[in-house]
Amino acid sequence: MSAAEIQYKRTPGEILSVDLGGTWQLGQEVPSTDQFRKALEGQPPVKQVEFRAKELASWDSSILTFLLEVRKLCARAKISVTTDGLPAGVRQLIDLATAVPKKEDAHQSESRESFLARIGSDAVEFVRSAGELVAFVGEAVVAFSRLMSGRAKFRTLDLGLFLQESGARAVPIVALISFLVGLILAFVGILQLNLFGAQIYVANLVGIAMVRAMGAIMTGIIMAGRTGAAFAAQLGTMQVNEEIDAFQTLGIQPVEFLVLPRMLALTLMMPLLVLFADLMGILGGALVAVGFYDINLTIYLNHTIEAVGLNDLFIGLFMGFVFGILVSLSGCLRGMQCGRSASAVGNAATSAVVTGIVAIIIATAVIIVTCSVLGI
Amino acid sequence: MQTTEAHITIDNLTMAYGDFVLMRDLNFIINRGDIFIIMGGSGCGKSTLMRHMIGLKSPAKGQILYGDASFWDTSPDEREQMMRRFGILYQSGALWSSMTLAENVSLPLQQYTRLSAVEIKRQVSLKLSLVGLNGFEEFYPSEISGGMCKRAGLARAMALDPEVLFFDEPSAGLDPVSAKRLDDLILQLRDSLGATVVVVTHELASIFAIGNNSVFLDPESRTMLASGDPNKLLADDHDPRIQLFLRRGKTEDEKSAQNPVSSIQQPVS
Repeated sequence: MSAAEIQYKRTPGEILSVDLGGTWQLGQEVPSTDQFRKALEGQPPVKQVEFRAKELASWDSSILTFLLEVRKLCARAKISVTTDGLPAGVRQLIDLATAVPKKEDAHQSESRESFLARIGSDAVEFVRSAGELVAFVGEAVVAFSRLMSGRAKFRTLDLGLFLQESGARAVPIVALISFLVGLILAFVGILQLNLFGAQIYVANLVGIAMVRAMGAIMTGIIMAGRTGAAFAAQLGTMQVNEEIDAFQTLGIQPVEFLVLPRMLALTLMMPLLVLFADLMGILGGALVAVGFYDINLTIYLNHTIEAVGLNDLFIGLFMGFVFGILVSLSGCLRGMQCGRSASAVGNAATSAVVTGIVAIIIATAVIIVTCSVLGI
Repeated sequence: MQTTEAHITIDNLTMAYGDFVLMRDLNFIINRGDIFIIMGGSGCGKSTLMRHMIGLKSPAKGQILYGDASFWDTSPDEREQMMRRFGILYQSGALWSSMTLAENVSLPLQQYTRLSAVEIKRQVSLKLSLVGLNGFEEFYPSEISGGMCKRAGLARAMALDPEVLFFDEPSAGLDPVSAKRLDDLILQLRDSLGATVVVVTHELASIFAIGNNSVFLDPESRTMLASGDPNKLLADDHDPRIQLFLRRGKTEDEKSAQNPVSSIQQPVS
């Protein structure tokens, strides 16, 4: 297989004759347009370029890109081009490629905005998305009030599935993570307490930390990553498939039919999961205390019972309840806002998790500060 | 049932996304029992026009009337009442993927009728067998082919015996034989149910086979160029843009030359 060849010949009548030969193949070396530009130089100036292809063995798109470049060069230098000597296929493809002139205003304008303009448009965007959030919360509240008055339309079968999905199915991962968090808390705490000979107080530390905050926070974050993302992806895919349009045009409110059962399920299941996480965390702490520091299990548990009050438990459960609302709300909101492409579904899932976790942390801060101010 | 009673009136409609005007000054009338084609090149706003007509997007200006009632100037509740008389087949079928075909078709029936479970089951079987999917009740949309999804979508669109059936690109993604069958089905349904049918399409074969009224949208001038029977448009209208579209890019001379591949072998330069 011979390589791509090119020969230039100047004829007296200001004509440059270009002879293409050999095999032109993508990925193999083909003559550069610089050579062609050099061939154009010299006196007298070239008025016409003529292509021949007698020796051309085979060709593909590489010859087309070369010829299009050459045509562009010639057009700029106002040199006419005759392609009569080229194979019919090449001529047709070139004609096809040049049939519709390049649309100059077609590309998306990516002109750089100034720094201030970007801040401004971001601020406008922020206000708009805050408005959307409020509207969505409003819709959810309306849907909930319809549920209370027994008029909400959704399938109880769906609710059951979501209860299972965001409840029972989440137990193993919640158990593992909160057990390990309890264990870590105990390890870190007991090292310090050991300095004062007060190892037994690790029971108080782990108990209060888990029950009052960590159990709820860890469960919330797990559920944001697990169920919140799933909600966003489910609703986003339905948006892409026009399934949500189909609900709307049937007069079925998507918020009622799709969002409400999801929110109900997660909000009902979260406190239960938190309770479970609290227990597992305390067990994790107990493992460290009993296994590594020879503290009696009964003493450990008694200390925990003394340290952890009912108010701590209720604060934790309340947080779980709030996180359930926040996680399901952000998951469903991002899903319903989803655009109509595969990448939009990915963005919706990502953004659901981020929104969910940020909301959880902010809510935790608010609740903890409020509780300490109120002295609960 | 061929009367000339106006069913849907589009009055001076302007469609816009934010500041971007997609189409302006749309005026046409769809008669009861028409098979009305919304045609035009890709991206000219055919589907958007349909979204306006079925209540998914509100117009920037102008009105859509069903009978004498304005569709967008009423309360949302009344609009919902009107929407209940529509049947819509979406481009991809838009079957609810978490439900079986039977559940898909029965959901509208459960929501809006007082039929008993047995009667609903019978209705579902009937609607599915009308589109040739008898026996597929317990299948999920992911388990059947794209053409079957479309037909199942049609069964769902017909669940409530609608007065107006909307089709968004019914033959897109179907092989010629299935597309033809779907066209025949549309004709049969119009004749037997007496419904008005609105079809968004750019399939010439379908346009001439089933359409008896149409509107042509032009993306360049951002308005409609003509409306009427597509066959008459082909014969009588002299606007070159419409002729180019209806003759599949061929000029009249090329058409008479009867060379089906001429447009490919001799690209316009």
